[in-house]
Amino acid sequence: MSTEPQSGPGISGDDSLEAAHERNRRIRRLLFGCAAVTVVTTVAIFLVLFDNAASYFFGARISEMLFAGEAVERTVSFVEFFTGTRWAPAHATPAHGVLPIVWGTLAITIGAGLVSIPIGTATALYLSEYASTGTRNKLKPILEVLAGIPTIVYGYFAISFVTPILVDGIATDILNPIGSGLDSISHLAPVLLEPVSAWMLGASVGRYSMLAGIVVVGTMTIPMVSSISEDAMQAVPDDLRNGAYALGATKYQVSTRIVLPAAVSGIFASYILALSRAIGETMAVTLAAGFNPTLTVNPFDEIMTMTAYLVSMARGTSAVGTVEYQSLFAVGLLLFLLTLTMNLLNDRLKQRFQEEYR
Amino acid sequence: MSSNTTNERTTGESTSETEGLSDDTIIETDISVGPDSSRTTGRPNTIVSADSLDVYYGDDRALSDVTIEIPEHRVTAMIGPSGCGKSTFLRSINRMNDRIPSAHVDGALSFRGKNVYDEDVDPVALRRKIGQVFQSPNPFPKSIYDNVAYGLRVQGKADDVDLDDAVERALRGAALWDEVKDQLDESGLDLSGGQQQRLCIARAIATDPEVILMDEPTSALDPVAASKIEDLIDELVEKYTVIIVTHNMQQAARISDKTAVFLTGGELVEFDDTARIFENPDDDRVEDYITGKFG
Ligand SMILES: Nc1ncnc2c1ncn2[C@@H]1O[C@H](COP(=O)(O)OP(=O)(O)OP(=O)(O)O)[C@@H](O)[C@H]1O
Ligand SMILES: [Mg+2]
Repeated sequence: MSTEPQSGPGISGDDSLEAAHERNRRIRRLLFGCAAVTVVTTVAIFLVLFDNAASYFFGARISEMLFAGEAVERTVSFVEFFTGTRWAPAHATPAHGVLPIVWGTLAITIGAGLVSIPIGTATALYLSEYASTGTRNKLKPILEVLAGIPTIVYGYFAISFVTPILVDGIATDILNPIGSGLDSISHLAPVLLEPVSAWMLGASVGRYSMLAGIVVVGTMTIPMVSSISEDAMQAVPDDLRNGAYALGATKYQVSTRIVLPAAVSGIFASYILALSRAIGETMAVTLAAGFNPTLTVNPFDEIMTMTAYLVSMARGTSAVGTVEYQSLFAVGLLLFLLTLTMNLLNDRLKQRFQEEYR
Repeated sequence: MSSNTTNERTTGESTSETEGLSDDTIIETDISVGPDSSRTTGRPNTIVSADSLDVYYGDDRALSDVTIEIPEHRVTAMIGPSGCGKSTFLRSINRMNDRIPSAHVDGALSFRGKNVYDEDVDPVALRRKIGQVFQSPNPFPKSIYDNVAYGLRVQGKADDVDLDDAVERALRGAALWDEVKDQLDESGLDLSGGQQQRLCIARAIATDPEVILMDEPTSALDPVAASKIEDLIDELVEKYTVIIVTHNMQQAARISDKTAVFLTGGELVEFDDTARIFENPDDDRVEDYITGKFG
């Protein structure tokens, strides 16, 4: 900065200004440092996962191969990993087909979405368009509390209520009686009715089930869908609603034909967030759905999600360096890529959302 | 009929009084007054009327004891300082006030003789007869075509009419057709402000309402776009009744047949032929307001 004697219009810098600029620069560096921590952490996690996952497939980490000249030796083939239907890396006769636990995660995610998306959207629409201000102010905090409950508590909720009362009730009080009723008339259309009645009669639940996982994760993600969707609906300018009401639209028409389409990218973003939460959900889903990697569509069966596998393995019974230990990183990497994809999708939608009301 | 003294003159309206603005009370002024169309002949029916209308927001009274008879197929302008209740009055005609939880209404407001605040009146049905154009253009984030078709669709008329035809007619009616006929599938938001406002007018007339309420429809527009809308209003009254709120005295003088002057406190202080209001108002406060000494 110039230190020329003050003259002219008084717009040249001086020492006190220079000090202010210096403070500015320091704060800027501090803020940048904080932001950098997150970026570095993310990159580091990814590299560690990637590096270790390599040893699952190639017998050595990438770093070992590069720097220590470790020989590449095929341990688990990609074909087996991605197409095998049995997942038991720690078994006496190990199998490395990841499909059952990917399916477990998918089944929970899809099922939870089927619960939370309709209920959450309807809740958001009610809060945003139908509820009076008073009702909204009372209901919103409740939803926020629901969102803030630690997931382990949802796990207890699964063990103490969802599985023994809800899922068991559906099986024994609803499906079994219907099944026996169907059984008595199944001779009318044996091909169609017999498998159905057999399934209904056989419906019973053990300690864990896919359905319990779906119910718990679905319930957990309702507040995400409803609160983010509601924000998106509230962001729709009231001018648009007024325009539609003034044309003689009913509340339902305004909700479905103006508010929903105008808020659609924000609403989709909430779905994606809820789904990626379902993919990554660990504690509750483990306690609800169980530890048995099975390719099943029967909602009363115990299944295993990728996260549940990580939990069961990470409890530390497998020795470092064994294949089952390395499998943790392979599954972890897969999970990471899945949620990363969802996050990128979410970002794209957010951008569109911001563009909409320039 | 009317207990409000400022209204007495309106009931005596006749051809000779309005035509040529040859009232003997004319004072010299450079404001040109009144639209020069043939609609100043004949005595119109009352289409919207208020009788001792009060509107409150919570405990605050925004309109007090308003009594007025608004003629059919005419342009009626509402003028007055900010906050005097002009928008409130417009919103109470099509019951858009119902959207404001704290608003409530006393007295009567009638559309074709029927009090719109009667129990059996459905505001949705009412709004299908009374369209509205807002201060800032608010096209839906949809295509131009869908914007215009929206009203017909929500009113369940889309299947009864040739929709393409109805959209074209409405856009022609809003003097927008030639500018947008090749881009009907593009978003209404991509138009200029003036075009957007005409799109909103097209949207309002597509369903063929009887009255069109306009709340400062040109205040967000440049003078050229505003004058297009003014010309349009002049054509609209052949089919519709237009009630327009404006802060622009020249605009009120140019386009309206009747002018209602509200003053602070939500009082309707004078309502008469636009020519007389601008040339020889009864009330000193009105004269001050019009000549810019106040408000
Ligand atoms: N939604 C509302 N809630 C509470 N009070 C309101 C509301 N809308 C208007 N008011 C009040 O009612 C009075 C009249 O407002 P209104 O908007 O009708 O005035 P206006 O004549 O249209 O003013 P402007 O020329 O600024 O548009 C004002 O005192 C205003 O504060
Ligand atoms: Mg206003």
